Amino acid sequence: MFRFMVLRLAKAIPTLLILVTLSFFLMQAAPGSPFTGDFNLPPEVLANIEAKYHLDKPMWQQYLYYLGDLARGDLGPSFKYKDYTVNELVGQSFPISIKLGLVAFVFTVIFGAALGTVAALKQNSWIDYTVMSLAMVGVVLPSFVLAPVLVLIFSVKLGWFPAGGWHGGGWQYMVLPVAAMAILYMASIARIMRGSMIEVMHSPYIRTCHAKGLPMRHIIFKHALRPAMLPVVSYLGPAFVGIITGSVVIETVFGIPGIGQYFVNGALNRDYSLVLGLTILVGALTILFTAIVDIVYGLIDPRIRVES
Amino acid sequence: MAKTIIKAVGLSLIMASVLPMAQAADVPEGTRLHPVQELIKGNGGEPASLDPQKIEGTTGSAPSKDLFEGLVQQDDYGNVIPGQAESWSISEDNRVFTFHLRDGLKWSDGEPLTAHDFVFAWRRLVDPNTAARYAWYLEIATVANATDIILGKKSPAELGVRALDDRTFEVTLDKPVPYFVKMLGHQSTYPTPQHVVERLGDRWTRPGNMVSNGAYVLTDWVVNERIVMERNPLYWDDENTVINKVSYLAIESGNSELSRYRAGEIDLTSTGIPIEHYKSLKAERPDEVVTTPYLGAYYYEFNTKVPPFDDKRVRKALSLAVEREKITTYVLGQGQRPAFTFTPQSVSGYNPPEVEYANWTSEQRMAEAKRLMAEAGYGPDKPLTINLLYNTNENHKKIAVVISQLWKPLGVRVSLENQEWKTFLDTRNQGRFEMARAGWVGDYNDASTMLDILLSNHGQNKGQWHNAEYDRILNESRMIADDAERAKYYERAERIIVEEMPIIPVYEQVITRLKRPYVGGYPMNNVEDSIYTKNLYIIAH
Repeated sequence: MFRFMVLRLAKAIPTLLILVTLSFFLMQAAPGSPFTGDFNLPPEVLANIEAKYHLDKPMWQQYLYYLGDLARGDLGPSFKYKDYTVNELVGQSFPISIKLGLVAFVFTVIFGAALGTVAALKQNSWIDYTVMSLAMVGVVLPSFVLAPVLVLIFSVKLGWFPAGGWHGGGWQYMVLPVAAMAILYMASIARIMRGSMIEVMHSPYIRTCHAKGLPMRHIIFKHALRPAMLPVVSYLGPAFVGIITGSVVIETVFGIPGIGQYFVNGALNRDYSLVLGLTILVGALTILFTAIVDIVYGLIDPRIRVES
Repeated sequence: MAKTIIKAVGLSLIMASVLPMAQAADVPEGTRLHPVQELIKGNGGEPASLDPQKIEGTTGSAPSKDLFEGLVQQDDYGNVIPGQAESWSISEDNRVFTFHLRDGLKWSDGEPLTAHDFVFAWRRLVDPNTAARYAWYLEIATVANATDIILGKKSPAELGVRALDDRTFEVTLDKPVPYFVKMLGHQSTYPTPQHVVERLGDRWTRPGNMVSNGAYVLTDWVVNERIVMERNPLYWDDENTVINKVSYLAIESGNSELSRYRAGEIDLTSTGIPIEHYKSLKAERPDEVVTTPYLGAYYYEFNTKVPPFDDKRVRKALSLAVEREKITTYVLGQGQRPAFTFTPQSVSGYNPPEVEYANWTSEQRMAEAKRLMAEAGYGPDKPLTINLLYNTNENHKKIAVVISQLWKPLGVRVSLENQEWKTFLDTRNQGRFEMARAGWVGDYNDASTMLDILLSNHGQNKGQWHNAEYDRILNESRMIADDAERAKYYERAERIIVEEMPIIPVYEQVITRLKRPYVGGYPMNNVEDSIYTKNLYIIAH
């Protein structure tokens, strides 16, 4: 197991390096610069700004500067937010997205898996149809529709929850964004879970269980749930990264100071260092959680131990 | 007011003691104030910085007006009134400005605020190490040596500013700038505390670190969420301040801001009520929708280096055919005024000239447009094709579509092209366009802030229109101290624009926001949208 982890992480370094290199040059290739504004700066003013951020140097030199800083864990100054470094911006916003994401994730997994299981066991009953119709709505409803609708109903009309803001993560500020995030992922999980549960329930060894006269509860929790979770787990790895790195839509609608907004704003502002920092973060997290999923797979299903 | 000073300059050195003392919360008698004096404002986004010399855009300039105060400030009508300086005098040639600071000024940490802090801040603004975007502001004011310092040829210490003593700050300009004092409401000229900036570097603007001199001090700042300020007891006019706490919310989306206003979480929104909601809001909450004039122009520019837009007949014909009234009434409908001159009518000290064709009927305009097009060799048999460039945005798109429809009778075929903001700017900067949408908001309240950008050598003149007569008139206007006299030059310049039509002015911008009826003291006539929280108050509700 340990060897496996070390190997996976060692392989991650060249992957990340390729990612950084590609992003670095792609970002620079985008038209305009961080300092293009609606007002054309006089060349002498622009020259000073570019010098401050090393943009006056040749591209390869900028790239080496960046790698040097990166090796020291320094993601550089933000080009847009002049009072902060990228490390500080990520340090402030990432914990917020993690907190929101974790809560949403727990709800997603518990309810998604439960709904999917119930639908599978009551296959083709009205319960199944209701759950799956709702899940279909959840899958097709984009978050930019769902989130404002939640705000309209629960904040503007009913006044139960605030329409936005974070205030250090008070529970009342989390209810609507968590609901909006959870509903979207929950729907997908419920559908995957249902499909895989149905498949497992029809497999020969479950039939054997039935033949042995095991009680239904025993069959589901002891024998069926674990293998049925496998497709869900493989979906959860990347989904988890997506959920904790925030959603630009949810954060924009609810005014949450998380990391998700930076993905879009960073690119629109041509905030080179911020975009690169985020790319590395998401890249590293994706690699990490894909590895974790592989391990979890082994734990759930002894047939696919990682050593094999 | 500002005009008083400038008019009186001819009488040699004068003291500005005739000016009204200051603007503060002017609570009408009998008004019952709310026990909790807290204000929550939408800020339209996260500021790039809270450091006066590094601030860019309105998301930074709005909070900076509460945290800091410059030599002068503005009253509710946008007139210049004393700020940290209680008076000033101007040399006869309009080149040396001497500001006398108030007695007993203090930074929020109790340190005395002196003329040396202004010297420090202004040098910092042009210092290449600061890399301030607004360094150009002192260049256009022609503060002595500013350009050479930015170029690195001279040291910041050689900037034409000095502290004659702790309370006297003197500025020397290379060229006369009659509206110089008007320019000093801008945040880039605010003082910064040398003793804090030098000790803490870039971290000096953090809550807990920031020391400021305005009516409020920074108490909390969560990037992309909120900036919170509380009253500064050491501010010189603190006794006339009413609101104790103000928060600026960094909400970029107009729709999100609207929901939060509706949910009762915001007292005053940032500018720009979404157009699609404006009418229903106006009906639903008539006393909460406030619309005020703004010193901003919305226009289309011609790339005059590309044929046939080098032909003024084509430019004029296209301009004539744009029925501005249709756009302001049916597309916008928020009180924007159709524009026929570049400078908005809301500017102070100058009335843009009446343009003849503004009073023509649409048939008359179209007939003249057709005549000019035919003269230039275009018509239904030889249609003109135009690529119209705008940045991706629903409102810009609507206007572009309407304009292309309005040109149809001229036989003009339009292809619309939209680009993402920075790409759009880049395309325009490189001159790779035929016609492009443009907008310009004045930096100070004088017509030159608009007219200057069409000077041949101006970086903003993306259409590359060059007119020697226009340049000469504007350069001469700088020598004229008297507002009314200078206005005649502006009028002549404006007439050249009307005659040559390097741009099509479409409409004069307005500020639209939602304001709770209990927010008192809101300035309805400040065309630069300078809102100082210290002048507002919360009525009992």
